[in-house]
Amino acid sequence: MYKYDQYDQAMVDARVEEFRDQTRRRLEGTLAEEHFRPLRLQNGLYLQLHAYMLRVAVPYGTLNSAQMHALGDIADKYDRGYGHFTTRQNIQYNWIKLEDAPDILADLAKVEMHAIQTSGNCIRNISSDHYAGAAADELIDPRPYAELLRQWSSFHPEFLALPRKFKIAVIASETDRAAMRLHDIGIRMVKNDAGEIGCAFYVGGGMGRTPMIGPLIRDFVPLDQLITYSEACLRVYNRYGRRDNKYKARIKILVHELGADEYARQVEEEFALLLDQGIEPPLAELERIKAYFADPDFKSGLTEELDRSDPDFALWVDRNTHAHKVPGYVSATISLKPTGGIPGDASADQIRLMAALTREYSFDECRVTHAQNIVLPHVEIGRLHELWSKLEEAGLGTPNLDQIDDIIACPGLDYCSLANARSIPVAQKISERFAANGKAGELGQLKLKISGCINACGHHHAGHIGILGVDRKGKENYQLLLGGCEAEDTSLGKITGPGFDEDGIVDAVEKATDVYLSNREDGERFLDTYRRIGMDPFKEALYG
Amino acid sequence: MKILTGNDLKSGAVIWWTGRDWSIHVEDAVDVGDKADEIMGREEAARRVNVPYAIDAELDADGKVRPAHIKDRVRALGPTVRPDLTLKPAEPEALNWVI
Ligand code: SF4
Repeated sequence: MYKYDQYDQAMVDARVEEFRDQTRRRLEGTLAEEHFRPLRLQNGLYLQLHAYMLRVAVPYGTLNSAQMHALGDIADKYDRGYGHFTTRQNIQYNWIKLEDAPDILADLAKVEMHAIQTSGNCIRNISSDHYAGAAADELIDPRPYAELLRQWSSFHPEFLALPRKFKIAVIASETDRAAMRLHDIGIRMVKNDAGEIGCAFYVGGGMGRTPMIGPLIRDFVPLDQLITYSEACLRVYNRYGRRDNKYKARIKILVHELGADEYARQVEEEFALLLDQGIEPPLAELERIKAYFADPDFKSGLTEELDRSDPDFALWVDRNTHAHKVPGYVSATISLKPTGGIPGDASADQIRLMAALTREYSFDECRVTHAQNIVLPHVEIGRLHELWSKLEEAGLGTPNLDQIDDIIACPGLDYCSLANARSIPVAQKISERFAANGKAGELGQLKLKISGCINACGHHHAGHIGILGVDRKGKENYQLLLGGCEAEDTSLGKITGPGFDEDGIVDAVEKATDVYLSNREDGERFLDTYRRIGMDPFKEALYG
Repeated sequence: MKILTGNDLKSGAVIWWTGRDWSIHVEDAVDVGDKADEIMGREEAARRVNVPYAIDAELDADGKVRPAHIKDRVRALGPTVRPDLTLKPAEPEALNWVI
């Protein structure tokens, strides 16, 4: 994976010292909160319901074991012994003291990490496929391009004060595991008829208040024009994005209002100008970056045989592993969704254990997924049982990837100052309900996603079942959505009707799954059945 | 009644105006009547509180201060999903007060 060069390290170290000075001035009173606030946010430090919250960037979700270990240590040393992995493939700490924040950033810098681009109206941390560099179905490893975009976007002077925040995802397979079309820019690596690899650009997707699926703006941008085209996309947005209205400021509104064709035309115009200026980084820089993402030393001739005599282990393998490009290996997902647990939370000890397992079983590399789990991308099939046994012992062996209890839930009203309702208790109750009624296993793939407000950090629009917390006359209320999907067959969920209270929403989810079970045809997922039979049977069961 | 809340500048801890000082216990909060702006301006300038604001509250059946909105009750106690991290880890029934 990528290693900082002296420029990266110097930049991050300087940033730590700059923030140390800003924090000192805030604490001494020479810097008022109104001036300090944007500075702390630029370093990932929010003020949330109970304390300061620090969001740490995990570029394209990739970590080595030293980094993961450091994240565990920070949880112990500066927080209350745990961290929360987020839907942006990052990690957040909920109980940070302002006076400690510069020291935490210094600790992060020692392992080549920071909290830059995790807040504010800039290009945020780039996200990617959590199986990148490992998946059997990928064209190439998208991460060198994600890294190139990261370097281009970090401190890019022109894009530090965009109309709104800006999120980019890069993938390189037909299967979308990164909700690519629900990003401001979604980039998919593709091969054209001539056999060349380039990028398809989808621009103007997003969730939040006005969810939209990003339309295809250009089907092929040559790899050596990736940055130039991205810059053209950003320039048009930076110039015409709505700064007058926060709720209309995301690029999705601009693309929607202009129309995808007109937006694309303006981008092409800008692109032509920029091509003349030669802003694309030299190929040598891309090659330098690529070298860091070379395959690890995979063994050949490994066994593909698996002893399935332990049914619990066999179930975990069936559900939580993914096909690898090299025979004899798989990618293994560590679920952070035990029954009744808090989605995405891991204790300091669990984080350090995952760091150790990363070193021992996965060539020193792990990934944070947007579904708030951790992936060990390169595990020998022959060592899976050993790995699983260690995970089981630490409460990390839940076999539920993409099942109804693998719930995405944002922090909601338990932690987040923007929330209308709590998300986590709803996730816990649903997970407990389906563990108790024994239906979880019957349901197959069913992605359930919960947000505590319309900002949609819990991706509720993209859940096969989505739940949105709202404030109804000072009481928590939950809307139910059906039919969303963040994968390559992207769709947005539709609201079923009037909302429910906390217990009512759990019943409603169970009723919706009952409709599926009694209507499904062979091989159909919940989503497929919903798409075939439509909303009416579900409404009938819920409100009839 | 109107009470004042905010966060401690250094620690970020949730605090409540007691009439003389700031406390982490909402039970200590006092009605500030129409003096909210004056107190907040003075206290924020002295860095005894960060981002203060006034909220509605009432006295519950036991005569204890209860913020009107659930968000401030969550702030007053702590995350409902981690009773061990709330101000009253030994009193699980305190969660009923929030909801
Ligand atoms: S969706 Fe809303 S409640 Fe949930 S984390 Fe985002 S802003 Fe907070």
